[in-house]
Amino acid sequence: MKNILVIAEHDHATLKTATLNTVSAAQSIGGEIHILVAGSNCAGAAAASAKIPGVAKVLQADAGHYAHHLAEDLAVLIAGLAKDYSHVLAPATTFGKNLMPRVAALLDVTQLSDIVGVENADTFVRPIYAGSMLATVQCSAPVKVITVRSTAFAAAASEGGTAPVETVPAAAPLGVARFIGQELTKSERPELTAARIVVSGGRGMGSSEGFKLLEDIADQLGAAVGASRAAVDAGFAPNDYQIGQTGKIIAPELYIAAGISGAIQHLAGMKDSKIIVAINKDEEAPIFQITDYGIVGDLFKVLPELFAELDKLPPA
Amino acid sequence: MKVLVAVKRVVDYNVKVYPKADGSGVEIANVKMSMNPFDEIAVEEAVQLKELGKATEIIAASIGVSQCQEVLRTALAMGADRAVLIETDAAPEPLVVAKLLKALVEREQPGLVILGKQAIDDDCNQTGQMLAALLGWGQGAFASKLTLGEQEIEVIREIDGGLETVALKLPAVVTADLRLNEPRYVKLPNIIKAKKKPLETLSPGDLGVVLATQMTTLKVAEPPKREAGIKVADAAELVAKLRNDAKVI
Repeated sequence: MKNILVIAEHDHATLKTATLNTVSAAQSIGGEIHILVAGSNCAGAAAASAKIPGVAKVLQADAGHYAHHLAEDLAVLIAGLAKDYSHVLAPATTFGKNLMPRVAALLDVTQLSDIVGVENADTFVRPIYAGSMLATVQCSAPVKVITVRSTAFAAAASEGGTAPVETVPAAAPLGVARFIGQELTKSERPELTAARIVVSGGRGMGSSEGFKLLEDIADQLGAAVGASRAAVDAGFAPNDYQIGQTGKIIAPELYIAAGISGAIQHLAGMKDSKIIVAINKDEEAPIFQITDYGIVGDLFKVLPELFAELDKLPPA
Repeated sequence: MKVLVAVKRVVDYNVKVYPKADGSGVEIANVKMSMNPFDEIAVEEAVQLKELGKATEIIAASIGVSQCQEVLRTALAMGADRAVLIETDAAPEPLVVAKLLKALVEREQPGLVILGKQAIDDDCNQTGQMLAALLGWGQGAFASKLTLGEQEIEVIREIDGGLETVALKLPAVVTADLRLNEPRYVKLPNIIKAKKKPLETLSPGDLGVVLATQMTTLKVAEPPKREAGIKVADAAELVAKLRNDAKVI
């Protein structure tokens, strides 16, 4: 049995939590786990990786051209390291989805996207058709290149380990892509994919001002704010709020959907939430087929009432 | 500049699909098929580049059974100039699709390849990135805006925290996300015109690509169903249930 390489997603100083879920998927495959931290001045993220219990070794590749995680450059590095591993795993975030097919193609192997289950070292479960079906697939490639759906694997512990950090040389830059800039949505609220509670709005919110009602409730609950594709397309919410087949996949403890009818593409992104609440004026809306608690009513009346009720709720 | 656009024939996004009775795959017999929605966006973007005078010729390519001609005709009706079908009854894995497209790129020498970011059937989200890797080109995956220059293309990409802008040396590969554009509605005269546009059929062997597989589907099943819960009368009852029964607030 060869070892498993987990590609860390990080901001150079700290690890993104999806990395911990990916380590947990690696643990369920079984084998010695190494983590690659490729970045620029990324000792902080490497040190954080070393503290994850069960990690045997951290590889740190530090170079200026890894500062922006360009897939073109990272893929060359990872493909060079991958020959020593049976599996290479990354989170199925936009980072991992951009990077891992490129790694696989350089290795001339197929890639497994978005796994939600591990049957054994070469057989995995992954959703197809917007999660309306699960496929169990067996992979014969010598290196299994995999992206992991973070909601399907509990996060590994982040403290307690003492793995050694080893420096690996950076690969030469490919020189075909250049980072220009980023426009990140600024928010004091928790990150959507990591939030315990998510309050989400659809086309029924009517406007970006309508979203204000949701934001107030989100702030009461310490929740993140999400949106359906329809709401994003209508300009009510930014693109990175989108939950669904092609947006973010989340599974919070509580998901509150307001003015979302429940297209299958949206359900694909949130149906594994523990408790689902829907507020919709259409009694026949498909979202009610999967909700634990539904309110049929006008959200412009219900949401302010919900705000008032939460306001007078004593601390738990 | 020539632009190559790859389009996949998939089960229409409005159709609910089911596993085959023996669990060996997905039942797609007698199901409505359409162009993958993300590929429609890719075609639209290429057509807009031509309308801006930045693209000279648009070649639409598809890989699969002979009925893929229908989605190629749709691409032609949207404004592609000619089409290539690489015909096979196999359902090639993304890596093989990328190899076939690479061979086509070597034959056609486009300056830009646009694909949809993912197919809505297998939800793989791999082919564009793999093609870029095989060609050694830059990749603008999940694009929401393109600015095509002489030597470079600037791509705004949808990423988890917001948007990212990268510049790629040309030639390059771009994969279309939802908000790159809104595909046009195809008009009847254009459908008629599209029937006269050239559509060439090749075999994978013509391009020197062997259809190897590294993946076997053992089983396809529906996930466990979620039971519908209850309706509550108002916000007060909801808050009480969430606090006392579900214990999530």
